Amino acid sequence: MYDGWKIILGLIVFVIIVTLPFTMSIGKPYVQPKPSIDTPEIQKMEKKQCIEPKQYMREMHIKILYSWKDYATREGKRVYVASDGKQYDVSLQNTCMKCHSNKEKFCDECHNYVNVKPYCWDCHIEPKVGGVK
Amino acid sequence: MPFRIPTTAGQQFSLPWIKYSKIDNPSTGWGVALRMFFEIAFFRSLFRNTKADILNGRLYVGSNKWLWIGALAFHYCFLIILVRHLRFFVGETPWCISLIDSIDSFWQIGLPMLYMTDIIIAAALLYLLGRRIFNPQVKYISLPSDYFPLFLILGIVATGILMRYFAKVDITSIKELTLGLVYLNPIVPKGLGSLFYIHLFLVSVLFAYFPFSKLMHMGGVFLSPTRNLANNNRMKRHVNPWDYPVKHRHYEEYENEFREKMKKAGIPVEKE
Amino acid sequence: MAGLPKPEELISKVNLKKMPSKKWMDTLPVEFKPGFYCYGAKGKNLEYVEFPNARDWSPTDPDWKLPEDWKKIVIEGIKQRLERFRTFHVFMDICVRCGACADKCHFFIGTGDPKNMPVLRAELLRSVYRKYFTVGGKLFGRNGGARDLDLDVLKELWYYFYQCTECRRCSLFCPYGIDTAEITIIGRELMNLLGLNTDWISGPVANCYRTGNHLGIEPHTMKSTLEFMCNDIEEITGIKIEPPINRKGAEILFVTPSGDLFADPGIYNAMGYMMLFHEIGLDYTWSTFASEGGNFGFFTSLEMAKRLHTKIYEEAKRLKVKWILGGECGHMWRVWHQYHNTWYGPVDFLEEPVSPITGTKFENAKSNKIVHISEFTADLIRHGVLKFDKSRNDNLIVTFHDSCNTSRGMGLFEEPRYIIKNVCNHFYDMPDETIREQTFCCGGGSGLNAGEIMELRMRGGFPRANAVRYVREKFGVNMLANICAIDRATLPPLMDYWVPGVRVTGVTELVANAMIMKGEKERTMNLRMEPLPGKEEQ
Repeated sequence: MYDGWKIILGLIVFVIIVTLPFTMSIGKPYVQPKPSIDTPEIQKMEKKQCIEPKQYMREMHIKILYSWKDYATREGKRVYVASDGKQYDVSLQNTCMKCHSNKEKFCDECHNYVNVKPYCWDCHIEPKVGGVK
Repeated sequence: MPFRIPTTAGQQFSLPWIKYSKIDNPSTGWGVALRMFFEIAFFRSLFRNTKADILNGRLYVGSNKWLWIGALAFHYCFLIILVRHLRFFVGETPWCISLIDSIDSFWQIGLPMLYMTDIIIAAALLYLLGRRIFNPQVKYISLPSDYFPLFLILGIVATGILMRYFAKVDITSIKELTLGLVYLNPIVPKGLGSLFYIHLFLVSVLFAYFPFSKLMHMGGVFLSPTRNLANNNRMKRHVNPWDYPVKHRHYEEYENEFREKMKKAGIPVEKE
Repeated sequence: MAGLPKPEELISKVNLKKMPSKKWMDTLPVEFKPGFYCYGAKGKNLEYVEFPNARDWSPTDPDWKLPEDWKKIVIEGIKQRLERFRTFHVFMDICVRCGACADKCHFFIGTGDPKNMPVLRAELLRSVYRKYFTVGGKLFGRNGGARDLDLDVLKELWYYFYQCTECRRCSLFCPYGIDTAEITIIGRELMNLLGLNTDWISGPVANCYRTGNHLGIEPHTMKSTLEFMCNDIEEITGIKIEPPINRKGAEILFVTPSGDLFADPGIYNAMGYMMLFHEIGLDYTWSTFASEGGNFGFFTSLEMAKRLHTKIYEEAKRLKVKWILGGECGHMWRVWHQYHNTWYGPVDFLEEPVSPITGTKFENAKSNKIVHISEFTADLIRHGVLKFDKSRNDNLIVTFHDSCNTSRGMGLFEEPRYIIKNVCNHFYDMPDETIREQTFCCGGGSGLNAGEIMELRMRGGFPRANAVRYVREKFGVNMLANICAIDRATLPPLMDYWVPGVRVTGVTELVANAMIMKGEKERTMNLRMEPLPGKEEQ
């Protein structure tokens, strides 16, 4: 019996599923994330440099933050010595968010882009829109 | 076209008072659909797997579900991981993908959170590879083309795990690269480590290798005539398009040869 | 068994875990071990059915007297079959060599020969397929699992395709449903393109073509055989039966394998059929031309199978019957159930089968109009048409061997069990892993019941015998029932070798023994003319 149509139907379904990423993007503008460092605190800085170099921070901030959690809550260690020798307070609220007070325009910009949902704000108080005053 | 030769794995449909196996021996299209569903979604046939051993001149046949567990674990993890990667390929990640993601990282171990599938697929792959190396029967039948995809996928899994948990990469840039491909506007962001490019290369090799190899079992499993046909040959005629007439012996020739003997024995004949 | 070691010795050397140190592709040329291969076909038998390259030939001859372009014939044959059979094409491509089938094969379990693992049996041909039909095989050669077809490879293919009984047990466990029987069938078709058949298969095929049955029973002999049986029936029951032969206008044509007309214990089954039909007053006929339900052509090529089976419908048409009733046979039912309707249909000159006794419509056979005797009998019993004295079978402790073909090619499990339970008081099934769809082969199916391969048969039948031994030790089983003529031929020597004391019977023989017939005298003997339980004194 000729069952060829079933095979073709199956192939069509397969192709539709495989090309889903492409077809789902049709008509939707391509938005590139632009994390903003335009906060009063950063504007005040002479050399606009985070605690570590930018590329390192892009890749490793998650590791730093995760280790900071252990330093602060488990080991009681409150000082982070950066690679350039500078010392920073181990604190999300008081160190990171002091400069990056614009969570929505900084953190969320990339996190939403790659669909990452960090659980920082399960414990920490989420900064109000416009940053901590 | 094949003949209608389903492998029947349960009681046939016959007399109304005999309960028949609607799924393992389907007599209708719906039964076949269910059979195929169980076959593809749960590896029904592999679930039956047994192990035979000869001890002191006796044969022992026992249940053996390891291969079923390993195969099922591997395939489902692979599927989930593939689907999870969709977050790199579409602008806004659909909620269902996020849901799969959060279920996969349900235990919230570490940061970035540990995916269960990452552990399971690695274990399943090592098990599948292990059987090829240590099970003498499987070792004997294995070809280089059996090891190759295993190592290939192990490589993909290993680089993926390294990128996520150990040598971190900048996934925002990665998504810029993948989305650039999706929008047919490729860009190469700076600062992407070699690990990522190895991962990408291995995946590309896998996709290129797929259609020419045993990995086509993915499509073939749908096409297997011993599974995807109903056992209803006596109820419904199955037509074979290339069937051709054959030369056979006619009764007339038979009677011509034996007529005298038949008549003598009192067997009725056509021509006296 | 002459020439065979003792059972313990035979199996003690088998080690399923130990594989040869050489890779399988490096083990050529294959050694033709006596007891493992059938004698070659005789030229006259191949010639009679117009097969190519007909000549006398023996597998151990260094020169196989092949046509000069034999390689081309095989490759072309593969090509043609790839186009025709989606089964073949898919099965050549999708095996992942997971090994699930390996220890499912009774020949692998019994011989420990790795090339008897279904996957490797298929790889023997698959390697040739890859070499000539796939990009990967052409590019990577041996590393891609491909190899050239040469005479040694051909001999290896022949040797192992005639060590497979097409039982399909492997196909049940394969996650992709790869059916080694299908591969063996096609493999054997390729061999037959070169005239490489066995004597045990080609002889019956030629016989069947000429006389209508494998044994070459001519019409007058068939009649006298049936009459002899009826004399025995009269002696046992006091009832005189006239077997209807080639009778036009009968309602039903009855076809059974000719094995039931020839040897013990098949003949008791044939007596059983006639007693049953007489008791219910069935309007039926035998045919001397359609005197064979079995089909050794099926072990040769599908075309030959079709050539032999066509006569059954032709006879039904000539005798103007309404439908066809089939006796107990394995591969006959595989062919009837899965192929015959496709080959011969639409069968519009017959009527949809209805039991003339109970009025039951056999819905499941409404298209090809062929009903299995077990379906027919189970329906009779269900309707209370038959009366039984089960105690006549009280000396029997029965187990049931599911035949491969009716199990995995049909699904006939409950009907025979229902019948046995209604005619016997003592019935015990063998362990689950060895019955129903997981049943083990008798070791002699698909034309491998030749005497010269007794060692292979005893090895291949070992898993079946082992399960019988289990129920013999546990429940005292002494009778192995089945619904297959090849079983009735192969199981007795298998039982004698592995489990002495267990005898073999068809299901209908059990029915006829227990059945109380109208007007019968007090029975003192069973169909084998042995005293019934409690009647030993007389």
